[in-house]
Amino acid sequence: MLEIKNLHVSLEEEDKQILKGVDLTVEAGKVHAIMGPNGSGKSTLSYVLSGRDGYEVTDGEALLNGEDLLEMEPEERAAAGVFLAFQYPVEIPGVGNMTFLRTAVNAQRKARGEEEMSAAEFLKVIREKAKALKIDADMLKRPVNVGFSGGEKKRNEILQMAMLEPKMCILDETDSGLDVDAMKLVAEGVNALRDEGRGFLVITHYQRLLDHIKPDVVHIMAGGRIVKTGGPELALEVEQNGYADILAEVA
Amino acid sequence: MANPAVKQDPLAARIEGLTLPDGAGWANDARGAALSRLTAMGLPRKRDEYWKYSDPTTLNAPEAPRAGLFVTDEAMPFSDTDRLKIVFVDGVYDAEASDDLAMEGVEIERLSDALARDIHWARDHYGVLETRGQTPVERPLAALNTAFATDGVVIRATGKAAKPISLIYLHKSETSDAILHHLVKVEEGASVTVLENGPAAARFSKCMEVEVADGGQFHHIRAQGRDHERRASTHMFARLGQESVYKSFTLTVNGILTRNEQVVEITGDNAVAHIAGAALGDGATGAFHHDDTVFVTHDAVDCESRQVFKKVLRNGAEGVFQGKILVKPHAQKTDGYQLSQSLLLDEDSSFQAKPELEIYADDVQCSHGSTTGAIDEEALFYLRSRGVPEGAATDLLVLAFLAEAIDEIEDESLREDILTRLQGWLDRHRG
Ligand SMILES: Nc1ncnc2c1ncn2[C@@H]1O[C@H](COP(=O)(O)OP(=O)(O)OP(=O)(O)O)[C@@H](O)[C@H]1O
Ligand SMILES: [Mg+2]
Repeated sequence: MLEIKNLHVSLEEEDKQILKGVDLTVEAGKVHAIMGPNGSGKSTLSYVLSGRDGYEVTDGEALLNGEDLLEMEPEERAAAGVFLAFQYPVEIPGVGNMTFLRTAVNAQRKARGEEEMSAAEFLKVIREKAKALKIDADMLKRPVNVGFSGGEKKRNEILQMAMLEPKMCILDETDSGLDVDAMKLVAEGVNALRDEGRGFLVITHYQRLLDHIKPDVVHIMAGGRIVKTGGPELALEVEQNGYADILAEVA
Repeated sequence: MANPAVKQDPLAARIEGLTLPDGAGWANDARGAALSRLTAMGLPRKRDEYWKYSDPTTLNAPEAPRAGLFVTDEAMPFSDTDRLKIVFVDGVYDAEASDDLAMEGVEIERLSDALARDIHWARDHYGVLETRGQTPVERPLAALNTAFATDGVVIRATGKAAKPISLIYLHKSETSDAILHHLVKVEEGASVTVLENGPAAARFSKCMEVEVADGGQFHHIRAQGRDHERRASTHMFARLGQESVYKSFTLTVNGILTRNEQVVEITGDNAVAHIAGAALGDGATGAFHHDDTVFVTHDAVDCESRQVFKKVLRNGAEGVFQGKILVKPHAQKTDGYQLSQSLLLDEDSSFQAKPELEIYADDVQCSHGSTTGAIDEEALFYLRSRGVPEGAATDLLVLAFLAEAIDEIEDESLREDILTRLQGWLDRHRG
């Protein structure tokens, strides 16, 4: 599904290398988790994959089902199936949540040559999915993320993911700021989307989320590289001992 | 070589080709007085305090600079609104194209007819608010309008007007120089909506004086555009009685030079005045310069005024906002609000703002703010990351930016109509 090879990324504005040769493959149907110390480059990786400005890829590549992701505009990546649940979802005053999501769903469908969703169908589907995530109708009507609590913003990200049904879901610390119940809701939302044809890259600092979303593979990122890869037990090890041992071992 | 006489006296040159229309004695007096005002003031100059950001040269020129005609098959704004249509072609009333001027709740006449009659209510109004509006800031182009206006309508609302009155300005001659003057009198408790649209002329001078009596309501929605070479100077002068309402919204797209002045004087307690505008300019399809100059005077207790002006500018388009709230000493409990914002879609465009508050009462609430900003790149990326193409994502952000101005249009179908125009413009002016 997603193949990242030797990815080197610097900042456009300053001469600073952040990703220093990331190698990572997420197979369809699998959940991969990335853990790693603050500032190790996890969010940067997610932004580079989704096409945010400000980064320069100096080496390596990223392919989605064989297609060169890095050549595409952000909207083209979205239509191709990339979805990033932001670590810090953006507030957009004046743009209604519903209008935004419907525009997004139909833009993606159009880009893929599919039929657009009617207003009625959209309303029916979004109501159902919002209900499952305990997002009330009022929140849907409000401007995108404006005045949402931290946890509400994260649930809204998952609602968007559920509506857009992407192939490759990247979740950047979606668990941070969530209370225990909300984390369960979010995990259920993610698990409901788990599917043969869909890959997940879940960035998190905590084992707790991974109790609910069972990963197939766990990677440790440090200093702009994947330094260790293992099974779910790797997350437990981090939870108990922190990164010191792992970093010492690979140094 | 330039004519030395012109150099010495631009006003003489400007009015040389104009004649004071002849009407009833009182009307001739009013026009004569306007000409005297104009002569005393002279034409606006670049060095005048309120002409620093806009160049009046082409408005002052003896002849209207040529302006290409704008031709489209598209339906004009307000086409779907049930309305009474009054059509002017290059500034001349077109009876054929206009509806019958009879309607319940209002009396409508052609200005020239009203000003020819010895006894007419217009006698106490023609030029009166324009004259009041000359202090403390001189507006010579409005005096010129009052003196030389050849056409227009006079509207007296005596009840609830059955339909909006739609003034449609058609432009058919590339050199037309139109001067229209309208009078609106909203009697106690009466209400009327006036719509305006159309390119009007190569050069267009329009003045509307609006007297709103106690409890009266005046609503005004205007769509200026889409002609590119338009030069327009418009004035709205209003005086508001007790518990009256005055709401004016203007959408402006395109235009080499558009100067819209609004001078609103609130003289009755508990009155409300909302003045809003959205202007969109794209220098890539012709020069664009848009100037909103607004002066609201609070001279009564417990009144509310709102000015909301938004401009979206790209490819070297220029926007200007000059807005003032003047609160007189006894105008306590005034609630005054002024917002002027521009969204610059690139670095070539510019916005100049002169927001002013002058407050002599102590128990008032007045705020003003002026900002210039670019598209929020974070928001843009967020939208695009969900699959919304860059153009459409920018549109969403532009519409969000304009929302506070658009929301000033109370009537939902008129608001939708304006939104359709806006969307159309955005679709035609991508990137
Ligand atoms: N635009 C930028 N300007 C300057 N430094 C940046 C920028 N973007 C990222 N960095 C730096 O790159 C490094 C990696 O940042 P990134 O946000 O990817 O880390 P992270 O692994 O997601 O951390 P966290 O766990 O705290 O979310 C950090 O040192 C960060 O300060
Ligand atoms: Mg991060």
